[in-house]
Amino acid sequence: MTALLLSVQNINKRFGGLQALSEVGLQIAPGQIYGLIGPNGAGKTTFFNVITGLYTPDSGTFMLDGKPYQPTAVHEVAKAGIARTFQNIRLFGDMTALENVMVGRHVRTHAGIFGAVFRPASVKREEAAIEEMAHDLLEYVGIGQYAHYTARNLSYGHQRRLEIARALATEPKLLALDEPAAGMNATEKVELRALLDKIRQDGRTILLIEHDVKLVMGLCDQMTVLDYGKVIAQGLPQDVQKDPAVIEAYLGTPAH
Amino acid sequence: MTISTTSVFANKKWLAIAGFAAIALLAPFVAQTFGGNYWVRILDFALLYIMLALGLNIVVGFAGLLDLGYIAFYAVGAYLMALLSSPQLTTQFAELAQLFPAGIHLGFWWVLLIAGPVAALFGVLLGAPTLKLRGDYLAIVTLGFGEIIRIFLNNLDRPVNITNGPKGINAIDPVILFGVDLSKAQELFGIQLSPGLMYYYLIMVLVIGVVFVSLRLQHSRIGRAWVAIREDEIAAKAMGINTRNVKLLAFAMGATFGGISGVVFGAFQAFVSPESFVLWESIYVLAIVVLGGMGHIPGVILGGILLVGFQEFLRELAEPVQKMLFGHVYIDAEVLRQLLFGLALVVVMLYRPSGIWPAPKREDRPVTRTRSHTSRLEGGV
Repeated sequence: MTALLLSVQNINKRFGGLQALSEVGLQIAPGQIYGLIGPNGAGKTTFFNVITGLYTPDSGTFMLDGKPYQPTAVHEVAKAGIARTFQNIRLFGDMTALENVMVGRHVRTHAGIFGAVFRPASVKREEAAIEEMAHDLLEYVGIGQYAHYTARNLSYGHQRRLEIARALATEPKLLALDEPAAGMNATEKVELRALLDKIRQDGRTILLIEHDVKLVMGLCDQMTVLDYGKVIAQGLPQDVQKDPAVIEAYLGTPAH
Repeated sequence: MTISTTSVFANKKWLAIAGFAAIALLAPFVAQTFGGNYWVRILDFALLYIMLALGLNIVVGFAGLLDLGYIAFYAVGAYLMALLSSPQLTTQFAELAQLFPAGIHLGFWWVLLIAGPVAALFGVLLGAPTLKLRGDYLAIVTLGFGEIIRIFLNNLDRPVNITNGPKGINAIDPVILFGVDLSKAQELFGIQLSPGLMYYYLIMVLVIGVVFVSLRLQHSRIGRAWVAIREDEIAAKAMGINTRNVKLLAFAMGATFGGISGVVFGAFQAFVSPESFVLWESIYVLAIVVLGGMGHIPGVILGGILLVGFQEFLRELAEPVQKMLFGHVYIDAEVLRQLLFGLALVVVMLYRPSGIWPAPKREDRPVTRTRSHTSRLEGGV
């Protein structure tokens, strides 16, 4: 068995009287697209926020790429190698698409105040490399021609792509996407699917939280279904699909 | 095709810069010829305000942190100059007088060097407790900070007299540049150089330095991080930006420019008192930034010129014009100034909410790539 990229165990998170996550655990192997689905309020986004450091879990153990990993400060998470997108797109609206992606390089580059002011050769090289890579990433996600557009003025689908490009700029080990297909039309969904497939083929690992069961079923290698903060099924999509607990969670108990 | 349009554009740009430089160099001579020394001093103050506004622009324009107490850093710089280059401390403390029988006269250049780090420290002092605040709440705390500094300066004459309280500190040493005392009129190749004129060029050099640093910062990794925080702090964090440090850096950089301006102010005036650092001054500097164009350096400079110029023209014209029109002065120039100032703010906010000269949008710019051999993407992505 290959080494796991991300392994989380026994995560608990409670908000007041609500047990949002109880004993949730999952294992993601490198190069996979891992799906996390569940009905509304199942705890998907809470789980997501826990592994990306936005919420502190009450308990739980994390291993990222063989190293113990403690998601405490949000900015440390990106450094450790998990980059995320947001369910409700959070771009830097007044910056250009290119600049948005360039910000993503922040965590892998080093120039400080003195570098910025005196601009020695090393900083010049770094800046050129940042811009170069940002252009490449924009082309990679298919919006290269909009590099100088203000992020706010991009179409919805392009904004989603830009968010993915920005996340990729941090060179993540795990790309965590929070409902990337939300609000997309059928064509955009097909295009998104192709993009995610391409990212996987290029060796990246993706954690995909999604509402759209069809998208997840067709795309994911492994998946977990959450309901009321608990794992109700885990495994290959085709097995999960047949799981009575999953059918019940989505469709309710059959009438007699 | 593209090449020719870009080179025409570049030529225009250089032409504009050259024109601007010529105006900037000749302005004090013109002012002196037509308006006398008073107008040269106004130009000096316009430059000082531009320098202040450029500093505040880093905090408000780039990082999006609304700071209503910015003038406190100006005060820190000015009082640092006053305390370290005037007889104030040695006349108050006998022990110090024994140590420095000739008085503490550190001089402008040393104080300028110290003022940067000291003001930056004050910036961090203000920034640290306000890291989690944004918008209105941040504005209230910074406003309080500005007032605290002023009230301290106003009351630190008892029990031991450090700042000389509301009376202020005078007899501050002037700037001495290569042995030339800038506070005394000099003659160079038969041209009379008034103190105001010499200070104008000194401050101009400093302003150019501040513009240079601002521009470099804006187009850098740190500058992008500032703007990212302004645009969306949570997303910025998720991209791995240590928002705490980067925000403190913005406060420190802004404060440094404020402190440097303060040192120049102290040396230029040869007198400082808490009166110069009231809340109104903070609002005035903020208005320069907002009216000019937040985050856009040429806009901020234009804002400074327009606001200071506007204020002075009004001071000159308000009463004669009223006399001419109505035969009587109805509204005092000072009141009219504030009235029109408020009106200008409202009009600009209504019709040009991003300022008189905001950063240009670049949507129509063709995508040009600067190919460099340094980085091809490794792996797939």
